[in-house]
Amino acid sequence: VATESYPDDLRYHPEHDWARIDGDEAVLGITWYAQDSLGELVLFDAPEVGATIAKDASYAEVESVKAVSDVVAPLSGEVLEVNQKAIDEPETVNEDPYGEGWLVRIRLADPGETDQLMDAGAYRAHIAEL
Amino acid sequence: MVPFAGWEMPVQYTGVIPEHLAVRADAGAFDVSHMGQLHVEGPMAHEFLQAMLSNDLDRLSDGEAQYTLLTNERGGIVDDLIVYRMSHGHYLLVVNAGNREAAYGWLKEREARGTEVRDASDEYALVAVQGPRSLERLGLDDAPAFTHAMGEVDGVEVMVCRTGYTGEKGVELMCAEDDAVALWDAVLARGVSPAGLGARDTLRLEVCYPLHGNDITQDTDAIAAGLAWTCALDTDFTGADVLRRIKEEGPQRRLAAFVMEERAIPRPEMPIEGGGEVTSGTQSPSLDVGIGMGYVPAARAAPDTELVIDVRGKPRRARVVKKPIYRKES
Repeated sequence: VATESYPDDLRYHPEHDWARIDGDEAVLGITWYAQDSLGELVLFDAPEVGATIAKDASYAEVESVKAVSDVVAPLSGEVLEVNQKAIDEPETVNEDPYGEGWLVRIRLADPGETDQLMDAGAYRAHIAEL
Repeated sequence: MVPFAGWEMPVQYTGVIPEHLAVRADAGAFDVSHMGQLHVEGPMAHEFLQAMLSNDLDRLSDGEAQYTLLTNERGGIVDDLIVYRMSHGHYLLVVNAGNREAAYGWLKEREARGTEVRDASDEYALVAVQGPRSLERLGLDDAPAFTHAMGEVDGVEVMVCRTGYTGEKGVELMCAEDDAVALWDAVLARGVSPAGLGARDTLRLEVCYPLHGNDITQDTDAIAAGLAWTCALDTDFTGADVLRRIKEEGPQRRLAAFVMEERAIPRPEMPIEGGGEVTSGTQSPSLDVGIGMGYVPAARAAPDTELVIDVRGKPRRARVVKKPIYRKES
């Protein structure tokens, strides 16, 4: 299981999602805090490739043995790719939430939205208050 | 930690899945001190309980135990419990924490002359040690299931009960409340892994042991729940007439066990298409697939019947299987 971390190169959404922005694309996932709260993930119900996702709305579900959680989109866009490894081995998300355990890659609908996300320091401050 | 029936209970120590797998492969310890203990004593204790409980108490000798139901007049289930025969005039009932007051109240209200019902739940702690290596770890000899005897674990006096809720070989150790910490520490020191409520639920569901409040309630009957084997219908316990009629006519619905055919996890209260509802569901750590139990129309309860579960608005296919869902490889 991964140790707690919030990489500086990512942007964060208060619902515990991260985005790694690369031009007009972004890779999305859930934070260490999110996977730790949920416990061992056993299911990732992914969106279809081509689906449109909207910032602040649920685009997928992750489930542990005991609980179901919506995954909230930190940014709007179109799903270009879904991480099959996260579907086949959801525990990957627990083991490596920012690497092998990424969830989807999207084409951004509005790159300006990225300004609304938090940096790692702000996100750390946010979870410290929870 | 979560609140459960007035107790602070650990859902997990290291994680539901490793705890579950440790019980299937080796041994795990559950602090189930929240369970209730009722003493029923007196010269008429046997006759009283034979009239209150569904199973046939006449089949028990001293030192034996039995899974049985406390039933209401409608054939519903007030609680499911294990009755331990200490002697002809003394029985110990281990009841669910959530039903402790209901079960005690039910019995106390009907207490007959020559019988005394006493709630002794606060006097005892209960530690379940379950798994194929549990006896070896505890240094206990094998004994038949559903028997009990006094014994000791590293100096702590315990009632060793050959019972459990996991489908594995194992014991439930009852000790005086003051010895609880010493017993727990002794069990862990013998290399048994601690396991929480989460694993307790996944373990019992894999072997289709019902959970009162979910799979069985005051409004469900033993026949529909597949618990006819716990009902001595030739004796006259509360609601036996209703249960005899249901058995003869056949129940309208049955508690079926099922395995998901698609990637999805069934959860309690999810509708089952064609009439029915999931009462228990989880991801099976042993089988790595969604499993559950639920009531369906009797005609749809046979093994291999296809079911469709409404998983938060999404139809997901499941298949009825013979109970238990999980069988140990032999």
